[in-house]
Order: sequence, then structure tokens, then C-alpha cells
Amino acid sequence: MKAATIQVETLTCPSCLQKIEAAVKGVEGVDQGTVKVMFNSSKVKLDFDDQTVSINQIEDAITKVGYEVLKSSVR
Amino acid sequence: MQRHILKAKNKITLISGILIAVGFLSLWLLDNQLIFAGALVIASILGLAPIAIQAYQALRVKVVSIDLLVTIAVLGAFLIRNFEESAIVTFLFLFGAFLEQRTLNKTRSAIKELTEMAPESALKQMEDGEFIEVDVDEVDVGDVLLVKTGAKVPVDGTVLSGEGSINEASITGESIPVAKEKDSSVFAGTILDNGTIQIVADRVGEDTTFGRIIELVEEAQDSKSEAERFIDRFAKYYTPAVLALSFLVWLFSRDVELAITILVLGCPGALVIGVPVSNVAGIGNGARKGVLLKGSEVISDFSRVDTFVFDKTGTLTVGNPSVAETEYYGHDTTSALGYLASIERESDHPLAKAVLESIGDVTFSEVTDTEVVKGGGIIATVDGHRVAVGNVALMERENVTLSPGARADVARLEENGNSLVLTSVDGKLKILMGVRDQVRSGVKEDLQRLKRMGVRNLVVLSGDNQGTVDAVSRELGLTEAYGNMLPEDKSAYVKKLIEEGQIVAFVGDGVNDSPSLALANIGIAMGGGTDVAIETSDVVLMNSNFSRLPHALGLVKATASNMRQNILIAVGVVLLLLSAVLFSDWMNMSIGMLVHEGSILVVILNGMRLLRFESKA
Repeated sequence: MKAATIQVETLTCPSCLQKIEAAVKGVEGVDQGTVKVMFNSSKVKLDFDDQTVSINQIEDAITKVGYEVLKSSVR
Repeated sequence: MQRHILKAKNKITLISGILIAVGFLSLWLLDNQLIFAGALVIASILGLAPIAIQAYQALRVKVVSIDLLVTIAVLGAFLIRNFEESAIVTFLFLFGAFLEQRTLNKTRSAIKELTEMAPESALKQMEDGEFIEVDVDEVDVGDVLLVKTGAKVPVDGTVLSGEGSINEASITGESIPVAKEKDSSVFAGTILDNGTIQIVADRVGEDTTFGRIIELVEEAQDSKSEAERFIDRFAKYYTPAVLALSFLVWLFSRDVELAITILVLGCPGALVIGVPVSNVAGIGNGARKGVLLKGSEVISDFSRVDTFVFDKTGTLTVGNPSVAETEYYGHDTTSALGYLASIERESDHPLAKAVLESIGDVTFSEVTDTEVVKGGGIIATVDGHRVAVGNVALMERENVTLSPGARADVARLEENGNSLVLTSVDGKLKILMGVRDQVRSGVKEDLQRLKRMGVRNLVVLSGDNQGTVDAVSRELGLTEAYGNMLPEDKSAYVKKLIEEGQIVAFVGDGVNDSPSLALANIGIAMGGGTDVAIETSDVVLMNSNFSRLPHALGLVKATASNMRQNILIAVGVVLLLLSAVLFSDWMNMSIGMLVHEGSILVVILNGMRLLRFESKA
């Protein structure tokens, strides 16, 4: 399990959170309980299994619902 | 394609705005229906594109979003050939989103400024002794770094050589230059105003004081209270419910106009955004002024506080006591002073330092069999004598009889607010010292301000004797004062107050009162910037600055009432729109969208006021 922090573009609408959360939770290998979309800091935090899924795939899921990924770090 | 359209959202908004203006001008000035209709149709289609794309993207992950409501409403308007409404609604929705983004960025700016102060690069000494610029992530503990004038200190460290003065505003909120020389501690994110220093890295990255502050504030601005979590859950079902409702209305009334109006009116907006906006602005204001607030739960509890409990030493007082008076009894007091100094030399008690300073140069002797009596003092064997150093209780325990003269001295010194250090040698009292700690300047005025803000009880708890505590209490005008308290007595007292139904804030430096800090409804730590107290408390006063306390209380009160205003605005607007659509005939989609977007902007602007908040009381 690795922990990722993904900085996305500035989030302004409340339904953004729902969209990103649903998109990220839909990615296989992401620990659903750990997904946290932070409105004010416009960050997504989550734990994922790096055997099953790569950080790029998670970023793609966010991009697909229409949000730009600015930076991500994995620890 | 999708991404291009979303990227061009602002341009689309502008173009669709111009088209609408052209359309209406040609209608009013030229009376040209064709240009009017044409311009509005193009504006509608252009404007709908990004909204529909967002709606589709959300649907793919099974989220019914506001975008979907608006898309269906606009399509409905198209269907009944009401291009005026479809164009204006899409434009207002996009323009509203644009304004929201701008204003939200503003409310978040205070915290953003803080995170942007994080150092990015460092001059690191390589194996050949040269300093090379590297990314701050590449610095490890133990590396030697060079900091030049005007540069940011990249990590927490210790000065190896050189001197200079540093602006520590990013850590303390106080932009007074602090002089640094060899062995001084320096902190990441502070700025070297002049001079050049070499430092060795002690803590790097997120472990630095600055890194921890950023982490804390970032977490705090997004932490949610129980009420917010409820609103979030509610919002999740609210949008689909509105969709269903509008469908039902259409099914029974066959009135497309009414059905799509309900779709637009039903957009949740201000309700979801109102509280987070107040939260981020309030926390941002605090972060700028040296008050760290850990989240919206803390804000709501803190704003209702009615009892403040203070630790004395290091909180109300400077925490740097000195010996004010010394009395000697019997003979051979010189050797007694030597014994006392020998024992105190091994203690890290704050009073020990004061005692040692006042004694000055003496001959030290070897100390054995040291026994620390909790809440009493120290008993040890020095030079073959049994020596006890501590308070009156310890003397009683040791069966030391106090002469009537000594008793009078004890009473007098206590009365004057001294902490007592008694020394007995082989069961005979030899020395009595009165140690006093200075009250922090300005504390009295700060406490008065707290009272004016509606705090009912100001209590001081201290391990010192009752006389000392009473003296401080009288000087500062506190409501209650208790001395002779062990750390567990303090936490028991806090617990008792909470059980009585009071909302208690405990203010302490976290040195030995962390149980009370954790137990109180609000734990307020006097953070020297490095203390563990930063982690366990709810509020941190940076740089142990007591004078921030009234601002902190004023700010949380303002923030809490700002949140209530925003909830009221949001609910009020929904009720207003609903009753208008039911009981009046002037309500339509465009007005609905205008009021809706307007209410979102109003709550954001209202929240923004907190950024400029200054405590007046």
C-alpha cells in the first residue's frame, strides 16, 4: 500500500468533490475508505495498492471526469 | 475535444455574453427578430457545450451533478423554443462559476500565501566542500547548508558559523528580526535579512516546524464538522431528488416551463459552499496572525467557551523566575548554601535555575541517594548530611520544626506571591528562599478583553503554593485561583468543570499539562514553535504569544457567526425561490439562476470579510 497526494486544479463547485471521489473510488486497487477529496486545498489523498494500479491510472481517472492534475506525490 | 472545450470555458462565457447582448440590442434597436433568435440560439449551444460535457463526465461515474440539472433544463427550454431563457441560463451558470472561482481563490489566499512561503531550494555542501544549489527535497539531516542574505532558510537547523538576523514572521507571525549566531536554532521558511550563515540540517521537509504548520493548516481548512458532513450527505441525494421531482411535476402538469424552472431552482449551491468558505477564511486569518485553529469543529466549540483555565508558569507569567528574598536560620549557613547548590545543580526544575543563579559561586559537594518527592522537592545525602530541599509540606514530612520566626517569614513571603524553597540540613531549617516569577506584560489587558467578549470564568491552576497563585490572581483580576496542584489535579479539575456543563478552554505551555490540554473542550497551546503541544492541542498561539488569545477568541466568534449567516442565507434563498415558484407568476428559469448564482457569491463575499477581521473588544 502506498499513500498518494494529488494536487488538482482549483476546485470551486461542490459537486466536483462528488465526481472526483466517485471516479477515484471506481479505480481498482484504490482503498476506498481512504479516499479524501479536500475542497479548499484542492487535493485528493488516498491509499492504493501499487501492485494492482499505478499512480498514472489514478490520475487518468481524475482527468477523465474533467479535472486537471497539477502534481502528485507518492510515499 | 472535451478538454479543449472545458479549457475555453472562460472564452465561451465571454462570447455567449456578447451574443446575448447583440441579440437584445438588435431586438430593441433594430426590432430584428431574426438576429435576436439566431444570436441566442448560438449562445445557448456554445454555453451548453461545457456544461453538458461536465454532466456527462459525472454521469459516467454515476453522479447526478448540478450540471446535469442545468443541461436538462436548457434542453427543455430549447424544446419549447424559449431561446431567451436557454441562453441567459447557460450564460449565468458559466459566469457564476467564473466569479466563484475568482472569489474562492481570494478567500483561500491567506493559506495559499503561507504554503507558498515553503523553501524550494538550498545551497548544499558537496564532498569537495563547494556549495551547490539543490532542490530542498534532496537535503538530508546532517547536511551542511549555506544561507545567504535575502534567502529562505531551507530546513530547521543549527548555525555552524557566521551570524545574521532572521525574520521569523512565517513561524511566529512577528516580523521583528531575530539575531542568530553560532549554535542558534534556525527554522525553515524564515528569511535571512542580513548576514551569511552556515547551518547543519536537524529536521527536513515535513518534519520541520514550518512543514508541520502547513500540514496542520491544510488539514484544518478541510476538516468537517458533524453539521457539514450532514449537509454533504444531504446534498448527495438532493440533486437526484430534484430531478425526480421535476419529472413528476412534468408528468402530472405537462407544463415543461414549470418542470425546468424547478430543475434550476433546485440546484444546491450556497448551502454546500457556505460553511467551508467561512472556515477557510477564518483559519486563513488566524494563520496570518499567529493563531493556528485546527478545523471547523474547534471554531464552533471555541466560540461558545465560557471558562478559561490557565496554567500559571510560562503562560500567565514569563516562566523565568528569580529569587526575590532569602532568609537564613541558625549557624553554618555557608555550607548549607553549598549543599543546596549541589542538589539544585542536578535538577531541571524551573525554580532550581533561579536558586543557582542567586547563590553564585560556591564549592560543590558530591550528592548521593537522591530521592525526588513528587509535589514536594528533593531529599539527598550531601557530604554525609541529610539535606531536604522543597516546600513546607516536604519539611513537615521530614519532621523539621519551623520556629515561630520562620513561620512568620513563610507566611509573609507567600503573601507576597513567592514560591518557597526551604532547605533543611539534618532536620534543621537553614535557608528559606522566596522565588518570584514576573507576570507577562499585557496579560491583564488581554484577560479584560476576554471578559468583555463574554467569558465568565478565568481560573488559574498551579503547582505553586496558594499565596503565589493568589497574588497573581489578585494582580490580574482572575475569578478563581488554585495552588498546590499536581498535573493530575489540574486535569481532574478540568474534568469536573466539563461535567458541570461548562465549555472549558485550557491554556498551557504543554510542558507538564498535556493531559489537561487534551481533556479540555479546547486545548490552547502556547507553542514555542517547536513543542509537541502543537500536535495535541486544538489551538496554537505561535511563539507563545499570549496577546493573540483575545484575537483568537474574537476570530472564532466572528467565524462561527459568519457560518450561521451563510447557512441562513442559503436556506432563506431556497425557501424564497420555492415559495416564489409556487405562489407567484414572475418566477422563471433566468431569475431563478440569477438568484441562485447570486446567493453563492453572497456567501463567498460574506466569508471573505473574515480575512480582514480585527478583534476590537
